[in-house]
Amino acid sequence: MLTNFFTDPRTILLGAITGLIFGFLLHRGGVTRYHVIVGQFLFRDHMVLKTMLTAIIVSSVGIYAMLGLGMIKGLHLKTAELGMNAAGGLIFGVGMVLLGYCPGTALAAVGQSSRDAMVGVLGALVGAAVYAEAFPSIHRMLVPLGNLGEVTLADISPVSPWVFIVVLAILTVGLFVCLEQRAAKLVVG
Amino acid sequence: MNQPPMGLWRRAWWSLYAIGTGIGLLSWATFLFIDKSPGTSTLLVGAAGTALCTAEAEHVAERMHYPKEYGTKVGGFKPVFDWQMSLHLTLIAGAFSEVRLSRSLRSEAVPGLWAARFGASRVKRLLAALAGGFILLFGARMAGGCTSGYGISGGLQLAVWNWILFVTTFISGIATAFALFGRVPASAPSTDNRLES
Repeated sequence: MLTNFFTDPRTILLGAITGLIFGFLLHRGGVTRYHVIVGQFLFRDHMVLKTMLTAIIVSSVGIYAMLGLGMIKGLHLKTAELGMNAAGGLIFGVGMVLLGYCPGTALAAVGQSSRDAMVGVLGALVGAAVYAEAFPSIHRMLVPLGNLGEVTLADISPVSPWVFIVVLAILTVGLFVCLEQRAAKLVVG
Repeated sequence: MNQPPMGLWRRAWWSLYAIGTGIGLLSWATFLFIDKSPGTSTLLVGAAGTALCTAEAEHVAERMHYPKEYGTKVGGFKPVFDWQMSLHLTLIAGAFSEVRLSRSLRSEAVPGLWAARFGASRVKRLLAALAGGFILLFGARMAGGCTSGYGISGGLQLAVWNWILFVTTFISGIATAFALFGRVPASAPSTDNRLES
């Protein structure tokens, strides 16, 4: 049986504060709605991309700066297993449209008492359990397709991570400007 | 009680750029103070594992995926009620508090877009949500993380696995969305009751 059920109180408290703010922001941003998530994939509404890309740019600048200054020990990377990542991503996209939430926004939607999100979380728990059963055979099948290890885009290219961050930021701002201009045109007529 | 909310809360939604910046700053804090990066789907593996563990401890210990995510029987399990568990329980509370502050609670059973395509049947919608949740987490675990995990935590670190996922999720999401809802007009009623800003 499990002996150490709770982690230390400081970690629990910090986790709780993080969750509270995260849930609040997700709901305040309005990205916990079915038509917003599905609307993104239909290119009718770009709220999801705006939120995610802004978060990625802001956080990458901070994390790489803190890493450079030695304020944090290192990154928390996961292994790039090409077959697993790609096949998983394809399955994930289908689930995201059917449910209308990703795992994080589904929990936030439980907070707005959406019945479908509650049922979705239940399905997700079963999905996690079934996956654990199927893991050995899936892993055996897909891992030979390639495993790059715990790498970043900068690791597999000759340039500094800052090149990626700056290029990503420029592309993102460009995309946002285009989206806002198009939205403004639609309003005017 | 039912007068419209005032001031800051009266605004329909905050700018998504402000929200994104807030989430970005939050990730600085988690890296700095907890030395962790957030992700929701790992938590759900932990939860499923815990539920099973109570019933069949040996069985869970034998499954390769659980030890990978939260320790081994020999090496000692990582605590189940960790920062992720704490984070996600309060995530629900955070969303709920926003609902109260903005007074935007709606009892939406079937989303408008869904109803425009599949009808107003509650059972149908809930069955699809159940299946959707199942597929979602199965895919997320296979890929190694979910939207908070890869989109934000992975994306910010410029991780290779994240960007593979970002692209494949969008490809299949777009294909699925167009297959299901491509013919629903953009003017389909939305059940949102937010005030327009």
